[in-house]
Amino acid sequence: MQQIRIHGRGGQGVVTAAELIAIAAFKEGKIAQAFPSFGVERTGAPIEAFARIDDEKIRLREQVNNPNVLIIQDSTLIGNVDLLRGAKEDTIVIVNTSKKEKTVPLTKGKGGIIPEENIYTVDATKIALKILGKNIVNTTILGAFAKATHLVSLDSLKEAIEEKFKEKGADLIKKNIKAVEEAYKFEDLRLNIKKLALQKHEN
Amino acid sequence: MNEKKQILEGSNAIAQVIKTIAPDVISAYPITPQTHIVEDLAKFKADGESDYEFVRAESEFAAASIVAGASAAGARVYTATSSQGLLLMTEVVYNIAGMRLPVVMTCANRAVSAPINIWNDQQDVHAVTHAGWIMFFAENHQEAVDQHVMAFKIAEQLKIPVMINVDGFVLTHTYEPVIIPSAEKIKKYLPSYKPKIGEYLDPKNPVTLGAFATPADYMEIREDLHNDLMDSKEVILREYEQFKKIFKMSDNKRQVTVALAKKIKGIFDNGLLEYYGPSNAKTVLVAMGSVVGTVKDVADEVNKKSLFPGGKIGVLKIKTFRPFPEKEIAQILSKAKHIAVIDKAISLGHAGPLAMEVKSTLQGKTMANVRSFVLGLGGRDISKEMIGRVIKDMKQKENKVKFIGR
Repeated sequence: MQQIRIHGRGGQGVVTAAELIAIAAFKEGKIAQAFPSFGVERTGAPIEAFARIDDEKIRLREQVNNPNVLIIQDSTLIGNVDLLRGAKEDTIVIVNTSKKEKTVPLTKGKGGIIPEENIYTVDATKIALKILGKNIVNTTILGAFAKATHLVSLDSLKEAIEEKFKEKGADLIKKNIKAVEEAYKFEDLRLNIKKLALQKHEN
Repeated sequence: MNEKKQILEGSNAIAQVIKTIAPDVISAYPITPQTHIVEDLAKFKADGESDYEFVRAESEFAAASIVAGASAAGARVYTATSSQGLLLMTEVVYNIAGMRLPVVMTCANRAVSAPINIWNDQQDVHAVTHAGWIMFFAENHQEAVDQHVMAFKIAEQLKIPVMINVDGFVLTHTYEPVIIPSAEKIKKYLPSYKPKIGEYLDPKNPVTLGAFATPADYMEIREDLHNDLMDSKEVILREYEQFKKIFKMSDNKRQVTVALAKKIKGIFDNGLLEYYGPSNAKTVLVAMGSVVGTVKDVADEVNKKSLFPGGKIGVLKIKTFRPFPEKEIAQILSKAKHIAVIDKAISLGHAGPLAMEVKSTLQGKTMANVRSFVLGLGGRDISKEMIGRVIKDMKQKENKVKFIGR
C-alpha cells in the first residue's frame, strides 16, 4: 500500500489534491482512498489530507502516519510543522518552492532525514500564477507528483481533473490540465528511476 | 442502468442511493458533517434529476416533524442529521418510533457539545438508542449504501423507523470505491411504499396516530413496540439474505468478494453482525462503525506474526445495535476469555455504551473478562498503534473504563 500525505494551508485545495490522486489511481484500476485531516479549515491554517493506493481493499482508516510520499504545497510550513512525522529515508518528498535551500531542514544530515535525491522541488506557484492566474497549486504540484513517484500517470490525472472539475467549466479544466502538464515537465528532476522505491507504473 | 464501481465521497454515495430509492419527501437541516448528503439531495431536486418534495426546514426539530407528518400521511420519507441536530430532534425521534412511522434517517455521527466539536465520534446516537428505532452502523461506503436500501424495506414492512449511522468525516468525507445499486434492482428488492388504509392519515378513512394513552394502556403499547423491535431481528436477517441474493449474486465484483469471504476461514456474516478471525478465538475485539476496518488490519498483522501471546485475535463487528443481537453475540463470544469492546462514545459516569451491552449480554453465560475502551472522541485519530495498546492492555483484570487518546 502506498500512503500519501499532503501538507498545505487552508484555502489551497489540499483536500482536493488528495481526492484527485485517489480518483486518478482508481481510474487505473487501483483501489484508492482519500480523506481530509478533519482539522479546522481556516484559510491559511496548516492542514493535511491523505490518500492511499493499493491493489486490494483498503480497510485502514487511521491518518497517514507513515507516508511513502509527502507533498508540501507551501514551503513556509517547513520548520513550522512536523512535516516529517512518521516519514522514513525512502519517503519521497515533493516541495513547492523556487528555492532549493528551503528544503534544507528536511534533508538528511542537515536537520532532516530525507536523502537529497528523494527531495523534489518544483516551482508550482510560478506555474499556477502563469496559467491559472492565482496561487492555487494543488493541481499543478500533482504533475510533479506523477512524474516523481509514478504512482499515477499523467493521463489518469488529467481524467481525474476532468471528472472532479466537471461542474467548474471547460476553461478551468483546460487550465488546470495545462498547469499539471507544465509541472510534469519540471526541470528539477534528477530522476534516477532505478533508485526510486515507488517505481511501479509505466507512463 | 449500469452498475459499476465508482470512487465517491461517502456523502455523495449515500445521496445517490437515496436518489435511486426515490422517497416522496425529504426534509433536513444542514449540520456538519451531514451537510454534503443533503446538499447533494437538494441539488438533484434543483437540477430536475429527482422529483421528491425537498422541504427546507428551519431547524432539525422541524425537519424531523416534517418527515414525521409526511410519513403519517403515507409517504416514503428520508432525513439526515448529526450531533446537536439529532439532540434537537430527540422529542420527535421518540414520537416517530411511538407512532410507528417508517422514517429512514442517516446520522453522520459526531461528538456532542460542550465543548463544541464538529468531529467524529458516536456520542450523538447513544443519546437516542432507547427511542425504539432500528439502528445500523456502517463500516465503509458499501455497507452504508446497502444498509440504506435495506432500511426502507425493513422500516416500511415493520412500521419501525431505521437509523443508519455513518461515522462523520471518516466515512462522509472520504473517497473510496463503491457500487450504487441500479434503480432496476432496487425496484426489484424494494416495492413502492403503499401503506394500508387505517395505517395513515386520510380524511376519508380517519385514524388517530400517537393518541393519548392512560396508565391503563401505555405500558402494553410500549411492550408491544419492544417486542416488535426484538422480533425485527428475524426480518433484518431475512432481508440481508434477500439483499445479497438480488444485489450480490448478479454482480461480478461483489460475487468475488463473497467468494473470497467464504474461502477465508472464520468469517461469519449476517445482517446483525460480522465475525472476522479464527473460530473460537480466546481474544476478541468488539467494535462498530468505521473503526472496524483499522481493527481488522491490526488483527491480521498480529495474527500473521503470532505477535500476541494469548493466541489469535478475532474481530466482532456489530452492525445492528438495536435490536441488540444478544443471542448471536453470546454464541460467537462463548469461547472467548478476553474481550475488549472499543467505543467511540462514553456513557458518562459508567462505561462505553457498547461495552455495557456486551457485558449484560454475557452475564451468566461466560466467565470472560470484558473490558471497556474508549477511543477517538471528538475526532481524535484512532491509529493502529492505539488498537495495539488495547490488545496489550485487555488482559488486565480491571473494571474501569480505559480511555486511549494519545
